[in-house]
Amino acid sequence: MSVVSLKPYDFPAADSQDKFHGNQLLYVGWEDHLMFCAPFCWPLPGAMSFGELLEKVLPGGFGYHPDFKKIDWSKVEWFKSGKPWRPDDAKSLAENGILHKDVIRFRTPGLTGIKGSCS
Amino acid sequence: MDVKVNKKLGLKERYALMTRGLGWDTTYQPMDKVFPYDKFEGIKIHDWDKWEDPFRMTMDAYWKYQAEKERKLYAIIDAFAQNNGHLGVTDARYINTLKLFLTGISPLEYMAHRGFAHVGRQMRGVGPRVACLMQSLDEIRHAQTQIHSMSNYNKYYNGFHDPMHMIERVWYLSVPRSFFDDAYTAGPFEFMIAIGFSFEYVLTNLLFVPFISGAAYNGDMGAMTFGFSAQSDEARHMTLGLECIKFMLEQDPDNLPIVQRWIDKWTWRGTRVLTLVGMMMDYMLPKRVMSWKEAWEIYFEQNGGALFNDLARYGITVPKCAAQAALDKEHVSHQAWATFYQYGAAADFHTWMPSSSEMDWLSEKYPNTFDKYYRPRFEYFAEQHKAGNRFYNLTLPMLCQTCQIPMLFTEPADPTKICYRESDYKGEKYHFCSDGCKEIFDHEPEKYIQAWLPVHQIHQGNCFDPGVDPAAPGFNPLAAVLDHYHINQGRDNMEFEGSEDQRNFAAWRTMAAKN
Repeated sequence: MSVVSLKPYDFPAADSQDKFHGNQLLYVGWEDHLMFCAPFCWPLPGAMSFGELLEKVLPGGFGYHPDFKKIDWSKVEWFKSGKPWRPDDAKSLAENGILHKDVIRFRTPGLTGIKGSCS
Repeated sequence: MDVKVNKKLGLKERYALMTRGLGWDTTYQPMDKVFPYDKFEGIKIHDWDKWEDPFRMTMDAYWKYQAEKERKLYAIIDAFAQNNGHLGVTDARYINTLKLFLTGISPLEYMAHRGFAHVGRQMRGVGPRVACLMQSLDEIRHAQTQIHSMSNYNKYYNGFHDPMHMIERVWYLSVPRSFFDDAYTAGPFEFMIAIGFSFEYVLTNLLFVPFISGAAYNGDMGAMTFGFSAQSDEARHMTLGLECIKFMLEQDPDNLPIVQRWIDKWTWRGTRVLTLVGMMMDYMLPKRVMSWKEAWEIYFEQNGGALFNDLARYGITVPKCAAQAALDKEHVSHQAWATFYQYGAAADFHTWMPSSSEMDWLSEKYPNTFDKYYRPRFEYFAEQHKAGNRFYNLTLPMLCQTCQIPMLFTEPADPTKICYRESDYKGEKYHFCSDGCKEIFDHEPEKYIQAWLPVHQIHQGNCFDPGVDPAAPGFNPLAAVLDHYHINQGRDNMEFEGSEDQRNFAAWRTMAAKN
């Protein structure tokens, strides 16, 4: 459907990639860990490697959780737009097919938050 | 010569002369050019004179009533100020609800004033025009009386200093703000459904009862009085909203699907905004009126249910979102408070963890959800705070494109999973917290792609004051954003325990009671 208007209605999107000074937005959520109330939103260069995302970016957001240091990254399950997905740590975000405003999530088998409450 | 005495006019004649009698059809320009906005939405009106105003209020009577109410209100506000009424509230935590009201609600009253002035101008029927004019005046009065009542708190407590600046910038205030911006930028009939019906009629008790009863329960005469002063206006607003919807439905059968879609949309939009009120009821009032869940059951499920039964004869059905809201009522207040608690460094009020007796109250009121999903999280937060490791989340969250709330809501069928929905539009992805918000976007994507999402705006560099250089060494983005918001870091925000508000309240109350 489209908007009902009196005159032609055509305005640019507020958050197109060109407005982020060379970065793209990436949303990351950690399944079963709702202590973080919502997924995070990071502006990142598309050339950043996925490994760098894990090492340098995620700890700043998720590191407060006592489960974070227990994560075995080799066993982590990844999802992109909710579908199972396998990233390559050595490749960049762009090479991994991550576009502006993509949402990825990870599940850490065996780790289910504070007292198993998914917090 | 005999003096001819005119008979005093009856209410009905008076109303006719003072409203319909003041209107005329234009001759130099066609009516469609003078009133260009009241047809494009597709609503068909055949006879504007069929509009019935049950209050039959005329302007001269309106001034008289309102002046009387103002006199009473300001006498009480003065007495409250002179007697240091602020020291009579239950607990300094209560004052934070007023900050949320002043920054999140009072600016909307002003926006409602503008909205009804605009709609009144754009409707060619005289009946609704006069009714909208009065509502427009009521709304600016509400904005003023709220600001005046709460200005007394601004003398003593932090966070009351700049609501009109904050509403245009602060991340969580974009939620109520975008709600009104969405309504205001729609056509006049949609505005009437959005604000006049869905907000003022279906949802208004959920805003009013908690805040005003909450004020009364917590010893705040000042806030209670502006609530009561507004109440007779609210009764008139509810009647206008209901009359408007009946009028549209009676005028043409083609109006029904359009009106139904607006009801669905705006009931959901309103429900999402009221998450803030749910959190206030369950967590911010030291003395609680009732739980959010109970309020939802009484005012939406029972009262709203009766209203929709009444509208069923026109073909209107209960909004689609009611089923999800019935599940959400057990969760949203806890989810919202967890959010404000962790983002407490970026709010304009203080946050805290409930005491153990307050947690027990929550367990009792939410037997299905609190102990299972939320108590472990909150006890962990409280322990960490005690251990000197109070949780402040400093990474910005992902927001819903439509309601602009962080993506904190869980799947209707699984409270352990965040609810993610997305749409593609012109090669770009958009994300939503719910089916309701996604449907609203999908129906008018051209509108919502323009949303001013605070998190994205920060990342674009648009939320720093002029002259601030994000490339400078040691640049602290959070501090720069708070400066831009006019939030005083460490004074207006963060943990309640140990705050200046808490200390001052305790010291002044002691002074008031002792020599």
